[in-house]
Amino acid sequence: MSMEPAEVQARLEHILPRVQKPGRYTGGELNQIVKEWDATSTRVALAFPDIYDLGMSNLGLAILYDALNQQDGVLAERVYLPWPDMEAQMHATGLPLYSLETKHPVAAFDILGISLPYETLYTNTLNLLDLAGIPIRSADRASSHPLVIAGGHAAFNPEPMAEFIDAFVIGEGEEVILDIVRAFQAWRERGEDRASLLRSLARIWGVYVPSLYRVEYHQNGTIRKVKPLVEEAAMPVLKRIVGRLPPPITRFIVPFVDVTHNRIPIEITRGCTRGCRFCQAGMITRPVRERSLTEIMRAIEEAVQVTGLDEVGLLSLSSSDHDEIIPLVQEASRKFSDQHIRVSLPSLRIESVSVELMDQLMGQASRSGFTLAPEAATERMREIINKPISTEQLIEIAREIYRRGWHTIKLYFMIGHPLETLNDVRAIAELCKAVLAEGRREMGRRAKVHAGVSTFVPKPHTPFQWVPCDTMDQIRAKQALLKRELRDPGLKLNWNAPEETMLEAWLSRGDRRMGAVIYEAWKRGARFDAWQEHFTYEAWMEAFASVGLDPAFYTHRERPLDEIFPWDLIHAGVQKKFLLEDYRASLRGQTRHDCREGCFACGILPIYSDLRRQNPGEAWKCPEVRTPTRARAHIPVR
Amino acid sequence: MQDSRSLHRYRIRFAKLEAMRYTGHLDLHRAWERMLRRASLPVAYSQGFSPRPKIHLSRALPLGMTSECELADVWLEAEMPASEVRKRLETSAPPGLGIGEVEPVPLEEPPIQSQIVSVDYIARLPASVDTRSLARRVERLLAEASLPRERRGKRYDLRPLIEDLRLENGHGEQEQPALMMRLAAREGATGRPEEVLLALGVEPAEARVHRTALHLVETKPHP
Repeated sequence: MSMEPAEVQARLEHILPRVQKPGRYTGGELNQIVKEWDATSTRVALAFPDIYDLGMSNLGLAILYDALNQQDGVLAERVYLPWPDMEAQMHATGLPLYSLETKHPVAAFDILGISLPYETLYTNTLNLLDLAGIPIRSADRASSHPLVIAGGHAAFNPEPMAEFIDAFVIGEGEEVILDIVRAFQAWRERGEDRASLLRSLARIWGVYVPSLYRVEYHQNGTIRKVKPLVEEAAMPVLKRIVGRLPPPITRFIVPFVDVTHNRIPIEITRGCTRGCRFCQAGMITRPVRERSLTEIMRAIEEAVQVTGLDEVGLLSLSSSDHDEIIPLVQEASRKFSDQHIRVSLPSLRIESVSVELMDQLMGQASRSGFTLAPEAATERMREIINKPISTEQLIEIAREIYRRGWHTIKLYFMIGHPLETLNDVRAIAELCKAVLAEGRREMGRRAKVHAGVSTFVPKPHTPFQWVPCDTMDQIRAKQALLKRELRDPGLKLNWNAPEETMLEAWLSRGDRRMGAVIYEAWKRGARFDAWQEHFTYEAWMEAFASVGLDPAFYTHRERPLDEIFPWDLIHAGVQKKFLLEDYRASLRGQTRHDCREGCFACGILPIYSDLRRQNPGEAWKCPEVRTPTRARAHIPVR
Repeated sequence: MQDSRSLHRYRIRFAKLEAMRYTGHLDLHRAWERMLRRASLPVAYSQGFSPRPKIHLSRALPLGMTSECELADVWLEAEMPASEVRKRLETSAPPGLGIGEVEPVPLEEPPIQSQIVSVDYIARLPASVDTRSLARRVERLLAEASLPRERRGKRYDLRPLIEDLRLENGHGEQEQPALMMRLAAREGATGRPEEVLLALGVEPAEARVHRTALHLVETKPHP
């Protein structure tokens, strides 16, 4: 399968007038990088396994695109999935999946890098490989096929996708992607077989090659043992991090068509010091590293100049925690409001400083919704999940928000937390009503509350990884209660279908055997699982039945404390021992505040002590490491 | 103008080319806003809660079509030589947006939209088209007194909107046959090239339609 770009272009000419939003499929946007194909020896396709509209808002791929294209002899091009109408046209005309920059078929690239930020992209990933004409299973690929790698937060439990991906990147991609390219080039130079490529990749810190391990199971389906098959296969595979965040990228591609986020994303902080126990991102992105105000301001100015975009998102898991957030917001408002550039701060903590920050950022602009995420409605529950804040304080903040002119407060909650009772669920409705009452006092009937209530899935590498998910019946009962209680024209309730929650749970908690289920579901037409209108529960149930696995095994079992988890072969930096301690603390209702104020010894420091030493002071929010440890930290840096 | 700021209006001719063929009208507007910001031109904004930059674009070009004769009116808060405006736009333009002449126009000049009376298009057809049969269909269509058609549930007469229509046969091996048309483009009376193609029995997706000229009221044709 190697169609010439001219032929791809000719077929597109015929197809594009016949599909919705053809501007997704053309490439050629401002700031795209086109290198000379024939003069570049190592060619990487960077794929997001969903449509362009979503993929173009993915910061991780934009960073890799920038890093790879800066290298001599390396080019990177973008690939996204077609919407079903386009997919049908591609099938009908025999058009393979191609890159936007030069219209080369994906199969003509050396490396295919796939971004997996969340699990509901798995069937799409199989579809992507299929549309590219690359064998779905890693074992069926030959040296002539691209090396298929994947990374992103979902890769922290890579096992469900182990059959399909040649190598996973665990952790931060900025540096490891270049190591992978170098290993690939060296392997090609040597002219050896694909097995030798995989072994050489396994030597790189942060790379996991699933085919180099064998998993053995107990009779009851739990894991007995995971065995590395070659000496290169590290056990466990330690997450890769960068010691210091590189300067933010600024040369963003500017789409010709409207996409999900039409904004300049600037990551101001990586990691989070709060330690909410349900939050996987907060656990796996440690240590906390911040960019300086100067660096952030410079990046915004540069990015506005080269893109012309009028919105800047200051990204972080908890933006109000940035050390310099107040001066940053002051300076950004001062500098950019004249230019009509909006600066947004997602993920604000529930505290008065957040309201002040938003007030400043909004200026004279219209104020639609203000989002707060208490996650749980009783103080008891918030202590269990380690997001402590008093209800009184929450109400006070809500009052302040209405007072400053916002009409709508969006409140995010989860049901299904460990130890949750129906009283905790009912409290969600009561809290919403109490907040609305504050709003009515300030502005009468114009005040609104939107409650977004999702269902908790215990994620790998978190203190809650041992707990079971609610069953669909439990979820339905809780949702019914909320629907009953939240009946006021000023209240709006959003929730997730329990079936979607189950899928998220199977995929995030699954072992290697889930691969067969994913494959069978895909064969039965499952794709775009993250899109409500496409998700088909039946395909998944049939897939489980055909493989002979019980979905409840993955979701509704309370796991013994000594169980070997499928994801235990990945070390996220935080020690399992710490997670267990924290889980036990949660059962006692014991909270652990901001770790900026005092280290809770999660394990990051001893493991990355060398990196911390090389990057002293304010670069990390962990305590300093003074004395060099005698035994070098076991980071397999070569 | 509703405010006391001194505003300066410029009319900019531009081409919407291949790369931007599938950029719709709203997205084109956004592309202009971004280009003006990259060009650091002092664009005037509307007042109010959500200020928008003051940019007016000529009549929307249907998705998939290209043009060499689009017009944009842009209001700036400072006066600068048209050549400077042009130079800055040229260096900031995205792929597929070609900047042409820039001229200052009086603030009281009516909006572009209301000045346009008709538009010329060329529709290039696949070489496989039977040109003799098509020529007969063109002739028959022009002979009709009315062409009742329906578009998005609305019935209308296409015939009076066709001011001119002729078929040019391709010459030599590379040349494709093409339909040249001039269609009315007044408020409430706008001919759409794809409707003419459909009336001729040509599948619009098979044609490459390009806008070649806008004709403005009481002025010389543009160009």
